[in-house]
Parts: sequence; structure tokens; C-alpha cells
Amino acid sequence: MEARKTPLYDEHVKLGGKVVDYAGWYLPVQYEGLVPEHEAVRNAVGLFDVSHMGEITIKGKDALAFVDYLMTNDISKVVDNQIVYTFMCAPDGGVVDDLLVYRLAHDDFYLVVNASNADKDYKWITEQKGDFDVEITNISDTVGEVAIQGPLAQKVLQKLTNTDLNTITFFTLNRKVDVNGVECMLSRTGYTGEDGFEVYTTNEGVVKVWQDLLEAGKEEGIKPCGLGCRDTLRFEASLPLYGHEMSDVISPLEGGFKYFVKLDKASDFIGKEALNKQWTEGLKRKLAGFEMIGRGIPREGYEIQKDGKVIGHVTTGYMSPTLKKNIGNALIATEYTELGTEVDIMIRNKPVKAKIISKKFLTK
Amino acid sequence: MKVQKGLQYTNDHEWVKVEGDVAVIGVADYAQHHLGDIVYVELPEIDDEIEREEAFSAVESVKAAADIYMPVSGKVVAINEELIDDPALLNSDPYENWMIKVEMTNKAELDELMTSEDYEKFLAEEE
Repeated sequence: MEARKTPLYDEHVKLGGKVVDYAGWYLPVQYEGLVPEHEAVRNAVGLFDVSHMGEITIKGKDALAFVDYLMTNDISKVVDNQIVYTFMCAPDGGVVDDLLVYRLAHDDFYLVVNASNADKDYKWITEQKGDFDVEITNISDTVGEVAIQGPLAQKVLQKLTNTDLNTITFFTLNRKVDVNGVECMLSRTGYTGEDGFEVYTTNEGVVKVWQDLLEAGKEEGIKPCGLGCRDTLRFEASLPLYGHEMSDVISPLEGGFKYFVKLDKASDFIGKEALNKQWTEGLKRKLAGFEMIGRGIPREGYEIQKDGKVIGHVTTGYMSPTLKKNIGNALIATEYTELGTEVDIMIRNKPVKAKIISKKFLTK
Repeated sequence: MKVQKGLQYTNDHEWVKVEGDVAVIGVADYAQHHLGDIVYVELPEIDDEIEREEAFSAVESVKAAADIYMPVSGKVVAINEELIDDPALLNSDPYENWMIKVEMTNKAELDELMTSEDYEKFLAEEE
């Protein structure tokens, strides 16, 4: 399968982006460099192409009930123009995907899913339809999307629209916003741990929005940002990545995301029984943060040992650009997840000391 | 990509400068450019004896790790300690900031390496 180009492909090449195949899409890992792009988002403003993300709409009389049945979070409590983060689980409690659910109306939901899972998700959702009176559409190919992120994101975006952006509060949306002549849906969401907006429009419109935002943000020092810093930013902000902190074999409870799994919500949901059992019996393994004591950078997949016994593996690891420390997330046997516990990370077959710390790396 | 004259190169983008029986070894500009911001360098110990094409170092950028291989066999006689405290030196000047010096055990291995002219041609094909 040849990787696909987002509508912004030519822009990335023009800006000197280092383009790679990511989840079947050609996207830039970085332009100028991962660290300066990371710092731009933490301290000023950065712009991401996120057109690869999947979008699936669920409409119809039973849309609310159906979405609630698919998701671990309580969708019945969501109001119009509100967004929630949730998991979609299989009956065994494994995660099909983690996603954002946008409630446009009680009979109109908009799901934003991981690019690598979009086709799988669409198939999964369709298979669960049963007697629900809903219409499911995969609109991924028709949506262009950018994310403007950072403390100055609102200031830059406000230059291009007459809609007062203060009216779009955290995790809410506005379906119709004119961004310098292009009609967009805006949501105050992102994947960086900073304030910011995600801007949804057409494949044609997104090119103008991208160019206009880079122009409008010159004074604020806006930088186009690649996938590299997207990952370091989300990791520092304790935001999980599918396939790392949770997956089809790592439940959201093991990942430490019980807050988004409403075991006591009014209606049944797929995976409830298995997750309930897991919770009441006690988790055998859990996600923990750790910091290297010895020299070395932990990387995804590295084995973790305690007294020579394998107790788990690294799910994400970096030298954190913000903290300048070597830190990681690890899925390890529950008895070793106490804060302060010392463990060995196996770096190139050598044990290197690390200690368990809070996963909230940025707020320590 | 900068290619420095008077050095010999491997197709893994390491460079060698010969000083009598000692080989000074580092990474080429192409390697540092492709790794991005280097944040960690692991070096061998003095007196380690390492065979040609074996990894003698691991260099990591924020995003990735890469092993650096011996262009020639030999015994490590010096390591560049500065790189441990300031790995970014490899980005700023990879030819000035050598990694290790080894006492060669088989100087004939040098004949296998590329001249700077060969290496330039090789890079042109890589790009």
C-alpha cells in the first residue's frame, strides 16, 4: 500500500519537512528540528497537520444510545457542542481505539479517531450496529484538519475570525466559524498539554487555513510542527498513545485511565463485564512513570527488571525536551509501581537504574 | 552534506583519520543530520578491543537511537569525554568532535574504506 498524501503534502515539502510514512500517510517528522518545535508549542505557538486523523459520523434516532453503548465514558451526560475523551473497547476489555466524541446534537455525533485505526474502527462500529437506528459514515477522506497549539494559539487564530474564541471553552466546539473566508468547525482540544484549537474543514479549505495561520502567527513566532514533537509533547503531558499506553492487549484500567471508564454508568457498554471483573479482582499490571537514575535514554519496548526478574516493558521513553530528564512510561507488575521503587531498565542488554515517579511529568 | 577531505569513510557514515598506528574515529555530517538533535552519546571503555563492523557506540537523538560501528578493528586508547557532557557537539561539528581513538590491529582493513571522493559519490546515490 502506497502511503497517502494529506492535502498539505506540498506545503510540508515547501517548508523543508522531513516527510516519512506514518500510519499510511506521508507526514513530516520535523521541519527545523524536534526540540525547537517542541519549545515553540510549550512557550508560544505551533501548527500541526492532523489531516490524517479519522472522522466517523453517527447520525439518527438512536445515535446517542448507540454511541453510549460503544464507549466506556458516559455519553449520556454530554451536552450539545461538548466533547469527551473516551475508549471504545472490545468485549474482553482490550481497547479498539481511544478517541474524541463530539456531540453536535442528540442524533448527530462526530468521532475523531486515530489514523492507523480509522478503517478498523469503522468496520467495528458497523459490526456493532445491530437494531440501532443509526447511519454510520466514514468521512475521513473528505476532512482536512490542522491543530494550532500553545499559549499564543488563541491570539493567532483570533486574528482570522470574528467569532469570539473565548466562547469556545476547553473541550467544546463551534460548528460554523469563518476563518478568513473558509468555513470551519473549531474545537478547543489538542494533544500537547497546551491550550489550543483543532480546526476541521475541507481538503481544499485546509491549505488556505494552514497558510493563513502561518502568516498570521509570524509575530508570535509560530512554527510548523512535525510528528516528532507531537509525540514528545503528548508524552510529557501524560496523554496516552494507542498501541503504547493502551492497546488491544492493554486495557484502559491497566493504563491508568479509569476516569474515562464509567463502570457505573446507567447503560451497558461493550467491554463492561470484562473491565468490571478486572477492576474488582485487582489489576495485575499498571502503567507507571519512571525517571532514569543511571545514564541512558529509555525507549519503547525496552525490558524492565527487578532483581534479575522481568517485570514489564517501556511503553514510551524520551529525553524530555521540557524537563531535560530521561523519563518514560512503563507497564509493570502492580507490586513494583509504588512511587520511589527502584527498577532496572535494560538498555542494550545492560541494566540501568531508574525509579518510579508520578506519570504527571509536567506538574511535578 | 559536508564531506571532509583527507578522511576515509564507511558506508555506515563513520569517518577515520589515520595518525600512524592510531585511527581517530567519528561520525560523518550525513549521520548527524539524519539523526537530528543528538541528546545522548554512549562510548566504550579505554582498552576495549573491538572488531571491525562491531558497534562501539550508541548515539541517540530525541526521536531515535543509532549504533555507530568500528571502521577498523583495534583497541580503544582514548575517548572524547566532552561528548558525554555535551552530545550536541556532534551536530555542531562532527569532523572536529571525534568519538574515539583506537590502536589498529589490522591496518590492511583501511583499504576497504572509501576515500572522500568515493564517499561523495556514494552520498549522491543515497540521496
